[in-house]
Amino acid sequence: MANLKCNVGGIQAPNPFWLASAPPTDKIYNVERAFEAGWGGVVWKTLGMDPPIVNVSSRYGAVHYNGQRLMGLNNLELITDRPLEVNLKEIKQVKKNWQDRAVVVSLMVPCEEKDWKYIMRKIEDTGCDGVELNFGCPHGMSERGMGAAVGQVPEYIEMVTHWVKDCSDLPCIVKLTPNVTDIRKAANAAKNGGGDAVSLINTINSIVSVDLDQMAPEPTIDGKGSHGGYCGPAVKPIALHMVTEIAKDPDTNNLPISAIGGISNWRDATEFMAMGASGVQVCTAAMHFGFKIVDDMIDGLNTWMDDKGYENIDDFRGMAIPNVTDYQYLNLNYDVKARIDESTCISCGLCHISCEDGSHQAIRVIKENGVKSFEVIDDNCVGCNLCMLACPVPNCITMERVDSAKEYQNWTTHPNNPMRIIEN
Amino acid sequence: MVTNIDVRSGRLSKEDITKNFADVHPPLSPGNALVESNRCYFCHDAPCVEACPTAIDIPNFIRKISTGNLKGSAKDILTQNIMGGMCARVCPTESLCEGACVRHTGENQPVRIGELQRYATDWFLETGETFFERGKSTNKRVAVIGGGPAGLSCAHKLAIFGHEVVVFESREKLSGLNEYGIAAYKTVDNFAQREVEFILNIGGIEIRNNKSLGKDFQLKNLQDEFDAVFLSIGLGNVNSLGLKGASMNGVYDAVEKISELRQSKNLADLPIGRRIVVIGGGSTAIDIAVQTKKLGAEDVTLAYRRGPKQMKATWKEIEFAQNNGVRIKYWVSPKSLHSENGHVSGIEFDCTELDSDGKTFFTGDVRFMEADVVYKAIGQLLEDDFDSEFENIKIEKGKIAVNSKLETSIPLVWAGGDCINSGEDLTVQAVEDGKQAAIAINEKLTNIK
Repeated sequence: MANLKCNVGGIQAPNPFWLASAPPTDKIYNVERAFEAGWGGVVWKTLGMDPPIVNVSSRYGAVHYNGQRLMGLNNLELITDRPLEVNLKEIKQVKKNWQDRAVVVSLMVPCEEKDWKYIMRKIEDTGCDGVELNFGCPHGMSERGMGAAVGQVPEYIEMVTHWVKDCSDLPCIVKLTPNVTDIRKAANAAKNGGGDAVSLINTINSIVSVDLDQMAPEPTIDGKGSHGGYCGPAVKPIALHMVTEIAKDPDTNNLPISAIGGISNWRDATEFMAMGASGVQVCTAAMHFGFKIVDDMIDGLNTWMDDKGYENIDDFRGMAIPNVTDYQYLNLNYDVKARIDESTCISCGLCHISCEDGSHQAIRVIKENGVKSFEVIDDNCVGCNLCMLACPVPNCITMERVDSAKEYQNWTTHPNNPMRIIEN
Repeated sequence: MVTNIDVRSGRLSKEDITKNFADVHPPLSPGNALVESNRCYFCHDAPCVEACPTAIDIPNFIRKISTGNLKGSAKDILTQNIMGGMCARVCPTESLCEGACVRHTGENQPVRIGELQRYATDWFLETGETFFERGKSTNKRVAVIGGGPAGLSCAHKLAIFGHEVVVFESREKLSGLNEYGIAAYKTVDNFAQREVEFILNIGGIEIRNNKSLGKDFQLKNLQDEFDAVFLSIGLGNVNSLGLKGASMNGVYDAVEKISELRQSKNLADLPIGRRIVVIGGGSTAIDIAVQTKKLGAEDVTLAYRRGPKQMKATWKEIEFAQNNGVRIKYWVSPKSLHSENGHVSGIEFDCTELDSDGKTFFTGDVRFMEADVVYKAIGQLLEDDFDSEFENIKIEKGKIAVNSKLETSIPLVWAGGDCINSGEDLTVQAVEDGKQAAIAINEKLTNIK
């Protein structure tokens, strides 16, 4: 059995699977059931100043794909709608009952130093393990100068983080919004403000669908809609890229990361940790299937680590980062060609049509005695992978390396590059 | 005198019979249809299309179900096959589209194409709309003899071309074997007649029912009155057992009995034998065997003279029969009928095997089965007196000979459906024949000024 313990900016947990700040972490009833199921930590649903906000009815929209539900989820829900004292009391109780788990409290108050100091004093009294500054929420709160309105201005991130760190020793995670052009600037501001870690991504600005009868965006609230925050499996690639950007930037590569964004299983989580994350947070998958999914997350990661011989998360954490490079350093002489295994081919023709209409005309259909087979025309095959990705039969199409004799060459020295480096 | 013969009605309660004769494949729910439609890979040059006699663009109609475009889906189906609704119910899809499905090849789980086709066409028929409009009148008249699938398909297409059509039907109702010859649980809720109504909605098709060729009208007169004739007369006769006493009480043609069953107002009133032997190996044999079992027969045995590989019924039909309690006895050929007081009481079989050339021979062993009723389902033939009406018409392998455009040896007379050798005797093939004949007839008529 591997050791799954994690440490995110000084916050310890028995495993790296935490529930993100969201409806599943809004009250003691939910959080205790999550801990019973095995979650290593929770980030309590964002607290704000009293009086509580008011939520709308009809809060979620979704992208379903090919009959699969909730590929993407969009929400219009705001921070907690319960009085501050109720939440504080419950957080205190949960921490008392579950000392080995990470209990982090998400916060969002107006951009005034006195408000942050006020709430931090209250939070310290709960005995929680740390705070997460919600600079990410893209809807509702941002119109009131909070959430993403802070996260989109690096100077504000740094300023508020400073306020928090100046008045408290609690570990402080800064939660970032992806609705920016360069996530590294935001991460660097968090670091400069004294933040102990960053968590990302918060939800992406989105309009998930349009009701074509009402002619209004969904979710529709009395005939109107508004942009919401997008999350779920569909956003994972965006989150993975942003985490990677921070993990490989020399200015931020030591900043611990709590990764968020479409993580639904142990494999997703492991990919984020391979890109440098110290732990992960999950929301949509738990909202869709319930708290029980953590069982496979723990079990799957354990099995994988045992198979690979990793004893601790740090043994493999960040291992994929050195292999993320800039395009200009990719080997232009690396060459692969599609290979089709006729014995498993079911003759759906998707490799042919995807290549034919998808650009390269490199897969020919041969019809003999009513039997179809597919042949790769090597001269036309550019090794793009599309046929392999379109083929519904696992491993029927593979890509074979064919450039054995050629040496590594990248764009910086390529003859076609007018700016190439000429070696003497 | 004490007799063992046990044939009576009311073997099961009305409730049980109603339950037994419910829709064999209940329609897909919208949720099922969404999941199933998304299983389709949208193959390029899809093998399912190739396997469909009417060449419906299957991946496209399935995709349209998945996007919620049910109208477009139904249009794709019905423009290729006006009886898409019936074919969705009665086609042996396991040997046609679903048998060719790449998901069958890959994982033995084809996309349920038939059920999806039914989903789209049922939805459309419910709307009461149609995609089809009668063409501008050409003042040409075409006689269609036989109002089964081939005849109706031909008539509908001819109406689209603007020709006037008269359909002569020997029975009371249209739709042929869909109405009279297919197991009841395959087409419930009077679907055959609802489909007929949908087809005739186009207008320009006159129906003359209860009119038999040779009795009520003559081909010669039709040739004077009409510009073209389409023969879709099916196969009106059945093969004979060739045994002594084959016309005794208790020995019946399956086709005739299925027709009685289909037209019966109360299935519980039908007299059913306790022990039943069905002779044959095709869909009709399966249909009579399963239906008598569902009516309460105690033992139903389907006796076939060769093995499962040679049997015409598909593996799925065989499995269905067995799941419904029908025993299948292979390798037996009827030898002689036994009787009691003029009523069949049993049947003796020669046991058979295949020789190295694949020919059946008798092993010399004999088997006997007690039977209160024997149904024969050993294939159908053209009507006995067929020749008298069609002097000089060319016959090939027992059916009307046609050229590639489905024209017979008599000028301006076309033929299609079970009475020609176009493929398997299936509804879907008949629909295709009717459609192709209409195209050929139209071509010919528009060239004659």
